[in-house]
Amino acid sequence: MFKKSTQKPVLPGFGLSMGFTTFYLSLLVFLPLSALVLKSFELDWAGFVKVVASERAIASYQLTFGSSFIAALINLVFGLLVAWVLVRYSFPFKKVIDALVDLPFALPTAVAGIALTAIYAPNGWIGQYFYQWGIKIAYTPIGVTLALVFIGLPFVVRTVQPVLEDLEQELEEAAASLGANRLQIFCRVIFPALIPSLLTGFALAFARAIGEYGSVVFISGNMPFRTEITPLLIMSRLEEFDYAGAAALGSVMLLISFVLLLLINALQHWSQQRHGGGR
Amino acid sequence: MSASGQFQPRRATTEPLWLRGILLTLALGFLALFLLLPLVIVFGEAFSKGWQVYLAAITEPAAAHAIKLTLIAAVIAVPCNAIFGLAASWAIAKFQFRGRQFLITLIDLPIAVSPVIAGLSLMLIFGARGWWGEWLNDHDLQVMFAVPGIVLATIFITFPYVARELIPLMQQQGREAEEAALTLGASGWQTFIRVTLPSVKWALLYGLILCNARAMGEFGAVSVVSGKIREQTNTMPLHIEILYNEYQFAAAFAVSSLLALLALLTLVLKSSLEWRAARDLAEAEACRRPE
Repeated sequence: MFKKSTQKPVLPGFGLSMGFTTFYLSLLVFLPLSALVLKSFELDWAGFVKVVASERAIASYQLTFGSSFIAALINLVFGLLVAWVLVRYSFPFKKVIDALVDLPFALPTAVAGIALTAIYAPNGWIGQYFYQWGIKIAYTPIGVTLALVFIGLPFVVRTVQPVLEDLEQELEEAAASLGANRLQIFCRVIFPALIPSLLTGFALAFARAIGEYGSVVFISGNMPFRTEITPLLIMSRLEEFDYAGAAALGSVMLLISFVLLLLINALQHWSQQRHGGGR
Repeated sequence: MSASGQFQPRRATTEPLWLRGILLTLALGFLALFLLLPLVIVFGEAFSKGWQVYLAAITEPAAAHAIKLTLIAAVIAVPCNAIFGLAASWAIAKFQFRGRQFLITLIDLPIAVSPVIAGLSLMLIFGARGWWGEWLNDHDLQVMFAVPGIVLATIFITFPYVARELIPLMQQQGREAEEAALTLGASGWQTFIRVTLPSVKWALLYGLILCNARAMGEFGAVSVVSGKIREQTNTMPLHIEILYNEYQFAAAFAVSSLLALLALLTLVLKSSLEWRAARDLAEAEACRRPE
């Protein structure tokens, strides 16, 4: 009796909520994704390698990872800039612009895809001026990269922004009173505090870009070996009813996504520790 | 800095005016080019052939059917994912157990996994040659290339959104309030409905509208499982693709403008929810202070 009364009341519902979560995730994630991996085992090792290391597949990896990486880098630079401007400066319509940053989350990818194509096609609003100079944007890897910049933009802004908001200005004042100039303060005080969140945002934008399909499919032109991203190659394997081949390519991408996600979670953990520890 | 003798006191924690101007111009220019311009284009192209074409494009039977199907998918997917989000965040935020971090990673998976892979995986389970294909066929149940497949794909793609909003907030709020309610004699469900739900209502609502926006706009996964049969399994994004590939640009942008409006509405709602959440937080702080 005594023992029980000193115990904290334990919240109920762990069994129910955990059971439902596990059931839902198994049905929706484990089952289909294990079907994918098992399907790719239908190929023997040589067949698997033949599919995932074919010239066309390797060209698609190069495009997918290359353009995703460049897009995430662009987002890293401009995402930091946008977050900085939104946190530190005041200007008209700031609230509206702040809200607009989330547009790529809310706008369907197919809509983004056709809008970007209309802008950057050789006869498009901006594309025509570049075309006069012999530069094609849509239907080339440049167009793919631009679409991926659009998709990944909010990730860096939204991971850096809260950290920047919580940054203590006293630290900067202290640095300034010790004689540091603005550039030194940024490089030595502000930037190091932002590194974990910048890396997290970069990894999120990169991971999202690798799997992106809807916006890229319109602007890329989908030429095998040149502007065909890996998800599109999977799609064409599917249309040829080559399920095992599609599943093999899918498994490779799934593995990469999963590793990236684990990395992102570790980064977020690190970021939270750094962030919380500073107080 | 300046040798002109006139001492200008300047705050040490901001940049000189010219630099601020450059940074601001660069940032706003980038946003205008990447966010504003696509939006303007969608509406501009939608009305490029006049009101009549616009109205015809969004009211023709194929478009009307696509809108209906999109709504059906969202109406089923969003509540399912809301229940999942609440259950998952309760388990993850209020209890400590092994593999918690791994579970969070699993919940994030659909955000990183390509939608094409999601569609393909469902196909391998429910498709004619899939694991359950024969059984479904024997019982006259069609999942692939039909509405159930579209709903399943939508649920797969959108299930993280509610959970992701709730988990950090619930973790931050801890479990003291719930424990107090239980000590005072409330039952588990009473505690959940009267204590937990009100404290996360804005985050829950935001999760719901974001989930809804993604559900209505999902393209990749749905395009694998739908079969794109006009007036049968065409959702709005798929309808846009078909119109676009048939060079009916004005019509494609007209249907797109509806989804763009939905996106804008989502952003407006999000901002107002954030504002309300901040106000509630400020009120709670104000109540606590006089003690």
